Amino acid sequence: MPDERLAVRKTYKLFIGGAFPRSESGRSYPVHGPRGGGRGGGLLAFAAQGSRKDARDAVKAARGAFGRWSGATAYNRGQVLYRVAEMLEGRSAQFAAEVAAAEGVSQAAARAQVSAAIDRWVWYAGWPDKVAQVAGAPNQVAGPYLNVSTPEPTGVVAILAPAVPSLLGLVSVLAPAIATGNTAVLVASQDHPLPAITLAEVLATSDVPGGVVNILTGGQAELAPVLAGHMDVDAIDLTGAGPEQAAELEGLAAGNLKRVFRAEDDWAADPDTRRLLMFVEIKTVWHPAGI
Amino acid sequence: MTATQGSQALDEITDWAYAPAPQATDVVSIAPENGLFIGGEFAPAADGRQFATVNPATEEPLAQVAEAGQADVDRAVAAATAAYEQVWQPMPGRERAKYLYRIARIIQERAREFAVLESLDNGKPIRESRDVDVPLAAAHFFYYAGWADKLEYAGLGPAPRPLGVAGQVIPWNFPLLMAAWKLAPALAAGNTCVLKPAETTPLTALLLAEVGQQAGLPPGVVNVLTGDGAAGAALVAHPGVRKVAFTGSTEVGKAIARTVAGTGKKLTLELGGKAANIVFDDAPVDQAVEGIVGGIFFNQGHVCCAGSRLLVQESVAEAVLDRLRRRMTTLRLGDPLDKNTDVGAINSRVQLDKIRELSDSGEQEGAERWSPPCQLPERGFWFPPTIFTGVSQSHRIAREEIFGPVLSVLTFRTPEEAVAKANNTPYGLSAGIWTDKGSRILWLASRLRAGVVWAGTFNKFDPASPFGGYRESGYGREGGRHGLAAYLDA
Amino acid sequence: MADVATSDVALRQILHGLPGVDEVGVRDRVAALATRSIKNEAKLAALDMAIRMVDLTTLEGADTPGKVAAMSAKGRRPDPQDPAVPPVAAVCVYPDLVEVARQAVAGSPVKVASVATAFPSGRASLAVKLADTRDAVAAGADEVDMVIDRGAFLSGRYGQVFSEIVAVREACGPAHLKVILETGELATLDNVARASWLAMLAGADFIKTSTGKVSPASTPPVAQVMLSAVRDYELAAGRQVGVKVAGGIRTSKDAVRYLVLVNETAGPRWLTPDRFRIGASSLLNDLLMQRSKLLTGQYAGPDYFTID
Repeated sequence: MPDERLAVRKTYKLFIGGAFPRSESGRSYPVHGPRGGGRGGGLLAFAAQGSRKDARDAVKAARGAFGRWSGATAYNRGQVLYRVAEMLEGRSAQFAAEVAAAEGVSQAAARAQVSAAIDRWVWYAGWPDKVAQVAGAPNQVAGPYLNVSTPEPTGVVAILAPAVPSLLGLVSVLAPAIATGNTAVLVASQDHPLPAITLAEVLATSDVPGGVVNILTGGQAELAPVLAGHMDVDAIDLTGAGPEQAAELEGLAAGNLKRVFRAEDDWAADPDTRRLLMFVEIKTVWHPAGI
Repeated sequence: MTATQGSQALDEITDWAYAPAPQATDVVSIAPENGLFIGGEFAPAADGRQFATVNPATEEPLAQVAEAGQADVDRAVAAATAAYEQVWQPMPGRERAKYLYRIARIIQERAREFAVLESLDNGKPIRESRDVDVPLAAAHFFYYAGWADKLEYAGLGPAPRPLGVAGQVIPWNFPLLMAAWKLAPALAAGNTCVLKPAETTPLTALLLAEVGQQAGLPPGVVNVLTGDGAAGAALVAHPGVRKVAFTGSTEVGKAIARTVAGTGKKLTLELGGKAANIVFDDAPVDQAVEGIVGGIFFNQGHVCCAGSRLLVQESVAEAVLDRLRRRMTTLRLGDPLDKNTDVGAINSRVQLDKIRELSDSGEQEGAERWSPPCQLPERGFWFPPTIFTGVSQSHRIAREEIFGPVLSVLTFRTPEEAVAKANNTPYGLSAGIWTDKGSRILWLASRLRAGVVWAGTFNKFDPASPFGGYRESGYGREGGRHGLAAYLDA
Repeated sequence: MADVATSDVALRQILHGLPGVDEVGVRDRVAALATRSIKNEAKLAALDMAIRMVDLTTLEGADTPGKVAAMSAKGRRPDPQDPAVPPVAAVCVYPDLVEVARQAVAGSPVKVASVATAFPSGRASLAVKLADTRDAVAAGADEVDMVIDRGAFLSGRYGQVFSEIVAVREACGPAHLKVILETGELATLDNVARASWLAMLAGADFIKTSTGKVSPASTPPVAQVMLSAVRDYELAAGRQVGVKVAGGIRTSKDAVRYLVLVNETAGPRWLTPDRFRIGASSLLNDLLMQRSKLLTGQYAGPDYFTID
């Protein structure tokens, strides 16, 4: 008790274009633990309260990064994702502490969640150079043509992360989207945003090019409609949205015919390829075969 | 000065001589005696027998290596069986995956060491072992690590099961890479392995075993038996081995097929070839010449899928050959450890004799031999890059696999004739096509009886790309989703 | 070869009849040659060769006689502390500064090269381009670096490009003509090969990659294609044309990589300033620093070399 050292608290900012800016609005909001949870429901930290302009900047960064990320070899994307897993593993104690504080679960449960999140990330790291072998194929057309279908990334994907589990849910919605070459603007859970920003720190130190993943914290009611209606966003994952908001967002998304995805996942179960194949376009090419 | 002193451009016309650029070898430390790797530990052969492995560029011995006998084969298969039943097969795929990822990573960390050791033991240029063999080996482990927990998506059924212990016998031309091609898919699928590297190139397999230890791989999952052909035969015949994989000569492949006949063992074979590299009159000619050179002189022509027959359209034959000869004069032959060497040593005296015998037959049968002027080092096993023109289909050098830096040049008039000549062989491993016309590439590709068709390129490999032959070039595929089939009960 | 008709149709048949260039294959070859390890005496020889091949360049709107004189002094004697360092091949300036440059290099082997023909865009009438050329030659330029009309090339008016080069060649008189293809605007390696042949058929003494004002400027794949072209042209027509790479070549490592390309593609007979040049400005000091490291064993610092 007497010589207890005062901790240097972390400032949680947004993650846009590989950098950590504050919100252009200058706002932030307090993040508390759950009532009766680990730290008695007290203040955990302030998180940046992202604005529509931050969302706009994030989309711009994601679009700017898309050419390079989708143009990288699948092997390279797999290597980068595996490195993220290495960094996650190295920080697993930190993540466990944050998850426990955020959700009010025990240390053991938090550690289990973090391990599951890392393993899930590794699962997705192994997919980029296999997706085409599973979801693409040559097609036997009735003529002297080579006809091949290949999955290609859709583009910029907006993702509303689920609130719980705060890390495992986050990983489960983000990794499949970027494995296939998409870039992402992710809106973290409003109540449990902190693991998302710590994840951003991992991404920033894992050879992930700036702009491939962008993470906004703040009010989902404020940020989600901006992304849902943004004409330069190609797809949106409504997983973290409540049912009424989801309907409104789906309506907004129709403005440029975004691909819309929404699912009720059992986060504890091993994923299938649904999320992985959600944000791809099938490109079919014909070429004659003749002497 | 040492016998190996840099490398020289072959006709020494250059005024700007590249100074020797030797790769430092102090990154490697080779133990004077090396044991077998069984059950997670290195140990001498049961009867203590050893043999020497030699640097083919200098003929100097590198180390003594244990020679596996029947007792060692038995012990290795027993260790692999125990590991399979108790540890590896019950392990969830996601955990197996992590071991393979670790191995891939450690190969990357020890890349320089592996490259130097490979060049010392095999004779191939350090540039190739550094830029091709080692990175591809690591990539193979990365790729198959990712399949270990996704087998239900491989198109082989909802719950494909591994086979058990795999006995794997590999050749001397790409020692580390062939080990990776065998081990990675087998382990990913849940099998355990007993690997028998080639007699003249045991060292990188033993280093890979050490990497397995460093990765924490459970004992017995991978076992390495160094030894000769008899050790390989004993392994293949062992009743505890449920799956046999062999890469090597067609002759030995047939013997293995006979051995396993009726035993229920699954077998895949990757054997010889006599690939046709087909150049049309509209080919991008400079790139075609690169493809010809890369096709037959890469790895000194010790490549099963080498483009060892050039089929050039008659109307452009002289023009292409002029360019080819000019290009060959810039090939640098010499010390494999020199970073500027393009053509290294022949792997063994035995192989050198074979190449010489077949090349002499080429001259005897009436073909015309040409090599750029070349100074071969005094010690070591060397053969200059060589082309034979005026070759016809009936010549031995057009039919038999030479497995050396020797190209046989034939001509053709029409695409149909090219296909007929290319297919006129019991082999069917690979083929190359050089033309500006996409349609023609696809027309030819669909008619060539070859498991791998390269168009506009040659000798390109990727863990995601299935590799294997038709007919007497073997059966089964390695690499890609299809490469899993060999190691699963599906 | 000498009687090539200048009509668009005839030239199209010749240029489009050249063998195609596979871009991936070129990149592979260039990447393989980039692994050449040039060390010790070979590196020293390369650095000295590179210095002797530099066209030390200033082509800015803000150029003044003072700037040109200072740069020319450096070109004559690149390293004031080491007289063994050879002078550069040439200084390269705008036509209205040729006189200044000529006086500054008088008495040394350094040549004066001038850009001309409405450099860098090439967008002006033929009359203006020829007047530009004549000004440079009259002021004493030993070499003229002209630009081709890329608009004409890309719209298929090969005859116009051809006849402009012929006209400029004539206006050069005794001066040598380098023809800048501006490869960054030609976009494909097939176009680079075609433009190379077009320039050579029209009488170019050198073909040059870039103005340095457009990105990408010189790249190894482009240089590779041009070096193959000059080799093939000599075999076909019996005349040896030089190659100049310009723009974006800042380090000794880059320069040595280009020399390897020259050596193993066109051949060692092109390893001379009469047949290969490097248009650059900041490269020279990096060459000097690398040279110093080789000779003294210590890494050099920029303060030990003059900025001009």
